[in-house]
Amino acid sequence: MGLDIRKPIGGLLIAVGLQLAVYGMLSDPSIYKRSMDINVNLAWGLVLTGGGALFLLWSRRAEKTVR
Amino acid sequence: MHIQLAFIDYAILATYLAFVLAIGWALKRHTRTSHDFFQSGRSIPAWITGLAFLSANLGAQEVMGMAASGAKYGIATSHFYWVGAVPAMIFVGVFMMPFYYGSRARSVPEYLRLRFDEKTRGFNALTFAAMTVFSSGVSLYAMGLLMAALLGWDFHFSILLSAVIVLAYIFLGGLTSAIYNEVLQFFLIVAGFFPLVMIGLADVGGWGGLKTRLVEVATARGFAPGAYSESWRHMTNASSNPMGVEWFGLAMGLGFVLSFGYWCTDFLVVQRAMAADSMSAARRTPLIAAVPKMLFPFLVILPGMIAIALTQAGGDFQLPTKPDGTLNYDMTIPMMLGHYFPPGILGLGLTALMASFMSGMAGNVTAFNTVWTYDIYQSYWKPQASDAHYLMIGRLATIFGIAASVAAAYVATVFNNIMDLLQLVFAFVNAPLFATFLLGMFWKRATGHGAFTGLVAGTAAAAVHHGLSLPAEAAAGIKGGWIAVMTDYPSEMAQNFWTAIWAWTVCFLLTILVSLGTRAPQDSQLTGLVYSLTPRPEETETRWYRKPGPLGAVILAAAALLNLLFW
Repeated sequence: MGLDIRKPIGGLLIAVGLQLAVYGMLSDPSIYKRSMDINVNLAWGLVLTGGGALFLLWSRRAEKTVR
Repeated sequence: MHIQLAFIDYAILATYLAFVLAIGWALKRHTRTSHDFFQSGRSIPAWITGLAFLSANLGAQEVMGMAASGAKYGIATSHFYWVGAVPAMIFVGVFMMPFYYGSRARSVPEYLRLRFDEKTRGFNALTFAAMTVFSSGVSLYAMGLLMAALLGWDFHFSILLSAVIVLAYIFLGGLTSAIYNEVLQFFLIVAGFFPLVMIGLADVGGWGGLKTRLVEVATARGFAPGAYSESWRHMTNASSNPMGVEWFGLAMGLGFVLSFGYWCTDFLVVQRAMAADSMSAARRTPLIAAVPKMLFPFLVILPGMIAIALTQAGGDFQLPTKPDGTLNYDMTIPMMLGHYFPPGILGLGLTALMASFMSGMAGNVTAFNTVWTYDIYQSYWKPQASDAHYLMIGRLATIFGIAASVAAAYVATVFNNIMDLLQLVFAFVNAPLFATFLLGMFWKRATGHGAFTGLVAGTAAAAVHHGLSLPAEAAAGIKGGWIAVMTDYPSEMAQNFWTAIWAWTVCFLLTILVSLGTRAPQDSQLTGLVYSLTPRPEETETRWYRKPGPLGAVILAAAALLNLLFW
């Protein structure tokens, strides 16, 4: 239907993941008391960024297969 | 309770909204015909339609409502998934999709016209169109209230913001845009709630720690120690489990009548499968959806169970109370987000919550614009117009559907009881539906007169049963007993399940009786519409996981295993 949905999914996960990871690196550690002292922004931001990259790779692989 | 959002939280919300609108814009130039707008040109791969099939059902009732039920009933809430969804999803994929997809019907009401007659289609189309707009409005109303209570946002601003965004992306890209955004919303909802489960579980000492804490919750409420962490063991009678239902009412009312009635006949979800790019993909759509559906209790019910365990322990987390002193379970997810999430991931959690509201609304609006255009406008107003005309009507119906949803949300603010009453009436209409489809697809002798009479009588039976029964501790009125109180039920849920059982049974029997007394349809008219007169779909797939039969069997076995693990 003209748009590979894997690209926007990957793009959104990377955009949100990077925002979280950067904020996690810059934020005051005391805000993580409520999340069991885990820097949940940095950890989850990196997971989402990795997940987004996998979607973009999947999309590229599908394009190559079609070609 | 007000949550103060930081700049990062707003940035994440804005990023999501930008992606949603960009998808609608990117799809605009691919939406040239009514076939594109209403059916996605039947061109979407199974994994996308599968996730959309699930996500269209992932409205706020699912995310917030199931977490609330998790807090109220414990692990027994999983019955809504492992008994009340997965078997029906497998059935529609393996047995019913060949008729929906193969008949080339463009909607579920249109299938009813092909199989039965115009009056049966009209009854279904009109009630369904009204119900989708109403459901969408109630969802908007709930979101406006939540955002006002949680973030201090203006009620009107919240409603109009989400209505305008949903309108924009459906108006531009039609069903494809809705489906693509539902897939995006699915991943966002998982991303937003998964960390909540992980942190919450770590806080209570894992599953073992949670079970220990739930013993205290159960005994404090007069139940056996395992009543909140064992799903079947306490179902022998209604008074021994927090749900207030017994196993037969649960298995027949929820597991058969209500779940098959929803997953097998509701055009909102079936429309996603009908947009698939092949018969095989359409049949696998609900099966693919059943896999994450099976795992969703861990994402939405566990936070509720953690919340009630923490509340019982009396620490720094407490569920709020209503004015009458009872716990406000509906605030479970927002309270958990505010308790565990710091700025940043809090924005992600709230965006996931907003995404669930929007995906539910978009599902309703796309189903509405299709049924309105094909089953009402084209059938009764202008049967011979051009394709461009129907495309325009579809876009106008989208605007009307959104406007009517907003109006319904405002009606709910003034007449909350009217909304409860409407919800009740729609429950009566839905309860007998599966009997009509079951007989229509698997008994060639069923006739249009039989189907219509059965549907109307089943709806009436639901209303009469409701009027003659009352749940414990309820006053006669909207909760039942408005004719006379002949039966008491231990809970409202038990009453709902038995109302559905009565409606289905009356519809089933009366459809058979009237069909036998009226002229049978000719076999030649029923090819592709009835099981015995339809050639089996050709099996083109070679791998087991791409064949609906074996895939369905594996998923059913997995659901049975989950029931055993949490027995």
